[in-house]
Amino acid sequence: MARRVVAPLRRLGGLLFSVALTFLGLTCVTFAIGRFMPIDPVIAIVGDKASQETYDRVYRELGLNQPVVVQYGNYLGKIAQGDFGNSVMTARPVVEDLVRVFPATIELAFLALVIGVVLGIPFGVIAATNRGRWPDQIVRFLSLVGYSMPVFWLGLVGLLLFYAKLGWVQGPGRLDVVYDDIVTPVTGMLTVDSLLAGEHEVFANALGHLVLPASILGFLSLAYIARMTRSFMLAQLEQEYILAALAKGLSPWRIIWVHALGNVWVQLVTVIALTFGSLLEGAVLTETVFAWPGLGLYMKNSLFAADLNAVLGGTLLIGSIYIVLNMLSDLVYTMVDPRAREPN
Amino acid sequence: MAMGAPLLRVRNLSVTYPSDDGDFRAVRNVSFTVGRERLGIVGESGSGKSTTGRAIMGLARPPARVKADELMLGEVDLRAQSERQLRRLRGKRMAMVLQDPKYSLDPVMQVGEQIAETHRTHLGSSKAEARVAALEMLNAVHIRDPERVYAMYPHQVSGGMGQRIMIAAMLIAGPELLIADEPTSALDVTVQTQVLSIMDELVRERGMGLILISHNLHLVSSFCDRVLVMYAGQVVEICDAGSLADAQHPYTRGLLAALPQLGLKRDELPQLQRDPAWMDDIATPLETHSRKVGA
Repeated sequence: MARRVVAPLRRLGGLLFSVALTFLGLTCVTFAIGRFMPIDPVIAIVGDKASQETYDRVYRELGLNQPVVVQYGNYLGKIAQGDFGNSVMTARPVVEDLVRVFPATIELAFLALVIGVVLGIPFGVIAATNRGRWPDQIVRFLSLVGYSMPVFWLGLVGLLLFYAKLGWVQGPGRLDVVYDDIVTPVTGMLTVDSLLAGEHEVFANALGHLVLPASILGFLSLAYIARMTRSFMLAQLEQEYILAALAKGLSPWRIIWVHALGNVWVQLVTVIALTFGSLLEGAVLTETVFAWPGLGLYMKNSLFAADLNAVLGGTLLIGSIYIVLNMLSDLVYTMVDPRAREPN
Repeated sequence: MAMGAPLLRVRNLSVTYPSDDGDFRAVRNVSFTVGRERLGIVGESGSGKSTTGRAIMGLARPPARVKADELMLGEVDLRAQSERQLRRLRGKRMAMVLQDPKYSLDPVMQVGEQIAETHRTHLGSSKAEARVAALEMLNAVHIRDPERVYAMYPHQVSGGMGQRIMIAAMLIAGPELLIADEPTSALDVTVQTQVLSIMDELVRERGMGLILISHNLHLVSSFCDRVLVMYAGQVVEICDAGSLADAQHPYTRGLLAALPQLGLKRDELPQLQRDPAWMDDIATPLETHSRKVGA
């Protein structure tokens, strides 16, 4: 009986240990980027017209005269306290900025992922089960488009068509100016907050702004998920247990959507987790095109302003999210695959 | 041994695979009947024995072309059935056990579910009813503690147990014909006999017909009532299992001669000499019947 409790705990312990190790590696990378990027952090603060004295003082204040190992130790210590330094651009702590912009990106990426999963998986299944026929051709063409069209181009064309010409959706930004500051932020996600506050008009407007960028990002993840589902599915349909299911006289519906897809899920978990990661990361371009005040836009602006603390903070955040996603996919994996449950 | 109206009548069954350099005839004009008996089909790999089994089930690997002058399951003409109609027959009136339970069981579904789903599909039973039936079936294939095994996943059961689960899943809806395609070749020698005897027990109790497909002449001759020997897609010989020693076809005789025998020391096992003439189409296979005792 004790083993039943101890085994999962040990697995969780191992998982947390590897997460901690990966995170440490991540801080090494961000620290190294900060040290070796050809941006002078002192000039970024004092400007290039400052006197040598001022320069030297700031240089010492930043601890840049200390050995690299000590600097890294200080860096870790600050991160542990949640201190990512101040942003030059907004003159506020980077952490505060991240807390403000990140929910906007999550909102966008999450809706995009839902679109990608809800449509991508059935598309992939239908393509695989109709291999070589027209549904397959359509899905493969859509995947190709999603793969090869740059997101900024799709975004601009989307705005031109659905906003400027047809007027079906709202324009760039998260909200029309008239609706600003009506809803007090709780989660930072406007659609959720407006619903919580019961402000249906704000919700409708926020959704109108959200739907186009989310659809475009969703289309990209759909392309990837459909493609992967299709090839996983084709491999599963070759398996012997499918023949056994046919011999039992099961319906094609059950064979495809229960048996084959049940096995495809095992492989899809990782794909979906990685898709979500790349959605957060790929938001830089989409958010720029749609003036979406999220993490991507924040990082782009910081980068152009040589605002190193902000860039490194954002990088660390995205990196951490990748780590968390990997951990989550490991956990979900054991839920969908009974073989992963016992460490034999 | 065949009694009453045969369960399965096959006349001139051919399975052809089209390919760029001409058609490949995997099965050529195979004819036989199966009653409530155990018929063995032996042959080497590529002799068409598995393809024959799959063609009967309507599951020949595409792009196969299946042709037959007669393919009757009881009163049902299998050639005239739509895919939907065939589906109602599979599992319900004819079923097939495959070689390796490691691959023929769905790895992410509880094994009990995999037995119950056949019941639900064909008998329209509720989840609870199908569960009860599946537990009974697990009992029938001599699995102790069915409740516990029901909730196990395929990777948690042994090969012998997996094959018994497969048999349970195939027999739960009460088919009258079972095709077992190399059902024991992936199993340990020690559990082969056990699985065969459980299969035999069920087939006898239920008065079913069994087609046992195997490359193992010894196993087939000791387990079956009649043996059908296939070579290059054709049936070269049909004989009663007891009179296999009197087989006439040189291929069968060669196979028999190659069997190692206990207590008989030989320097070298005789090699089977293949005659290219065996590839030619033959009109009727040789038939050998058991000699009357004392005759």
